[in-house]
Amino acid sequence: MAEAVIRISQGTAEKSEEKTYRVPVAPGWVVLDAVHYIQSHFAPDLAVRWNCKAAKCGSCSAEVNGKPRLMCKTRLDDFSPGEEIVVYPLKTFPRIKDLVTDVSWNFKVNQKITPFTPRKDAQWIMHQQDMDRVQEFRKCIECFLCQNVCHVLRNHDKKDTFAGPRFLVRVAGLEMHPLDTASRVAYLKHEAGIGLCNITKCCTEVCPEDIHITDNAIIPLKERVVDEFYDPLTRLFKIFAGK
Amino acid sequence: MESIETHQHDVLVIGAGGAGLRAVIEAASQGVSVGLVCKSLLGKAHTVMAEGGVAAALGNVDPSDNWQVHFRDTMLGGKMLNNWRMAQLHAQQAPDRVRELEQWGALFDRTPDGKINQRAFGGHSCKRLAHVGDRTGLEMIRTLQDRAVQLNVPVYMECTLTHLFKAGERVCGALAYWREQGRFVLFLAKAIVLATGGVGKAFRITSNSWEYTSDGLGMAYNIGAQLMDMEFVQFHPTGMVWPPGVKGILVTEAVRGEGGRLTNNKGERFMERYDPKRMELSTRDQVARAIYTEVKEGRGSEHGGVFLSVTHLDPEYVKKKLPSMYHQFKELADVDITKSPMEVGPTTHYCMGGLRVDAETTATTVPGLFAAGEVAAGMHGANRLGGNSLSDLLVFGRLAGLHAAEFAKQNKEQPRVDNDAVQRATRELLEPFERDSGPSPYEIHEQLQDTMQNLVGIMRVEEDLKKALGVIRGLREKLRTVRVTGSRLYNPGWHLAYDLRNLLNTSEAIARSALARQESRGAHTRLDYPKTDPEWGKVNHVVYKDGEEMKLATTPLPQMPPELAKLFEDAH
Repeated sequence: MAEAVIRISQGTAEKSEEKTYRVPVAPGWVVLDAVHYIQSHFAPDLAVRWNCKAAKCGSCSAEVNGKPRLMCKTRLDDFSPGEEIVVYPLKTFPRIKDLVTDVSWNFKVNQKITPFTPRKDAQWIMHQQDMDRVQEFRKCIECFLCQNVCHVLRNHDKKDTFAGPRFLVRVAGLEMHPLDTASRVAYLKHEAGIGLCNITKCCTEVCPEDIHITDNAIIPLKERVVDEFYDPLTRLFKIFAGK
Repeated sequence: MESIETHQHDVLVIGAGGAGLRAVIEAASQGVSVGLVCKSLLGKAHTVMAEGGVAAALGNVDPSDNWQVHFRDTMLGGKMLNNWRMAQLHAQQAPDRVRELEQWGALFDRTPDGKINQRAFGGHSCKRLAHVGDRTGLEMIRTLQDRAVQLNVPVYMECTLTHLFKAGERVCGALAYWREQGRFVLFLAKAIVLATGGVGKAFRITSNSWEYTSDGLGMAYNIGAQLMDMEFVQFHPTGMVWPPGVKGILVTEAVRGEGGRLTNNKGERFMERYDPKRMELSTRDQVARAIYTEVKEGRGSEHGGVFLSVTHLDPEYVKKKLPSMYHQFKELADVDITKSPMEVGPTTHYCMGGLRVDAETTATTVPGLFAAGEVAAGMHGANRLGGNSLSDLLVFGRLAGLHAAEFAKQNKEQPRVDNDAVQRATRELLEPFERDSGPSPYEIHEQLQDTMQNLVGIMRVEEDLKKALGVIRGLREKLRTVRVTGSRLYNPGWHLAYDLRNLLNTSEAIARSALARQESRGAHTRLDYPKTDPEWGKVNHVVYKDGEEMKLATTPLPQMPPELAKLFEDAH
């Protein structure tokens, strides 16, 4: 049986340290297996969030060797033999303990989004080709890796003025729903801060569901904001129409 | 002594999977105050992992489908041990519950004429499962979660319930701790809905998440509620078997629903020998036993499973309809399922047994306490059909929310929670911190999982079951000396130490019920009693607490009215 050397950052927001463990590894093990082994053999109080261990719930997000990943999907045999595997919690959110961070801000952002508002006379006939692009956004498992890696949140900490890629994806899913009637364009400009995104695509790169966050969600939404607020012809029309 | 944070609601819902969320939505729309408590973050409950679809006789693909056909399939799948009224309500109401999800924003895959598409599944005689590729559960939980958020329901996340309290006969409150800080919190409520799921974590090989520690069953049992049908644990025929790191992870039945074929190491489609008519789309109990038998008799794959293949289907179709299976195998097992077969074997999946409830209201045997979803018994009898769980959550989640709200309206006064009982409970929770030595909770959990897996698993025999009961008794003694280290701050070892109490009670209920049922029926297979016995088809097992003792009794199965019984005249 092979062995992996895992270094984990443990502690709280105030005080933390790295601890190194040697873990015997079975074929196909992922980082989360190693963390569980450490829990049951060396550090029973090691805090980690996880649920499905099948990349479907998005709970076990962490930074493995500097890259934001789902621990349940990061295989130990992807690392070179002898390479140390270093696990840190998500940097963008305050640490509670060990690998667990306080992600409650995300749930508050979500509450501000105007919910699905169907047409009153909807017959509920929808065609697959109209839904394909929305279903892409609905794949999101809320792992918050995109939020974690977005420099607007990570480096500039604009949590009070920017909703982050996850919630732009959610808005895209609502705005492009074939039967939705609400407009969230003003929200995108004034509250979600969509203008702060300068399309570096870091979010797309880390998405475990391969959602084309920037190209398919954020850019089309930016276009809607431009159409509504910055298009000169529309502005002239509005002036003359007295709107 | 620490002061305890307290919250009060008319209705408290415990568990934020499909059933809990649907209950919350219903109770909130009845105008009562509702609180939702869940162990994980919102949206991470086990419903998120459901893959294949939600069963509802919409008749969009097979116009011949209707509630009677769905009802009949459900009862036959459950080997007629289901509560007929639950199965009837479920079949009648499931279509409305699915359409309602669509009106709340869910986007199911479509038929060419723009209706909700439906796929074939084991034991369903019509194409019946509304689905979104193979991530139906995610679509459902997100839709329900957004709806609950929209109704401004307070959600207490990462908060674990440990004790229920009664005032007289009636339930009146619950104790919990915040996982984050380890501080206690008391909930006062006029009615409580349990939607806490099953007991998969009692077994070693399981498709279930860490949350599946039977908290609801354990807490309700402790205040005198009756458990029923506990011997019936579903082993899903297709879990991953290789590599070891992924053993037990679910391979959706939709693989077979979309045309996947099962073969053994001789290349035979072995289901021909077990169920030639339905083949791969036989019921889960039969397919699981067939796979077990093939492996046992030396016709299994290299890693102790069998082969499941979709290589004869168009690769683009496979990627479109089974996207997460495609990625799961590619990333975790280095298998491209469009080119090579998957290796699969049985994995613990679902608990048909649970709290005994009234079919119309979901009321348990404790006044004010309701239960819906996997935590409740009766709906699925001896074996659940795939897709019937998601519809169960919606139908009975709604009924639980409705009747809990009504109970709260009729019983306006909030009973007091006995302070001494609360103090006893908190002391019990903190005891493991005070010991200087003792076994670790992880060690006890591993021993329990091995015992249940090896002795109370898919094939059972008297000697094994008796042995298992002995081991469980020993583990219970061991648990009295369990030691927890570290602080109360987000401490998984401490959390597990208490979960074990519930796991041991539920495991004992499973083993005792399995020992007593001297026949094979549905998911319960006794090697020493291989036949289905019509006499055993007339009774359910009930487990309850009498003093400190666990008691087991039989209770007659409710009989269905003649107009429904007629539906089964030609059934063999």
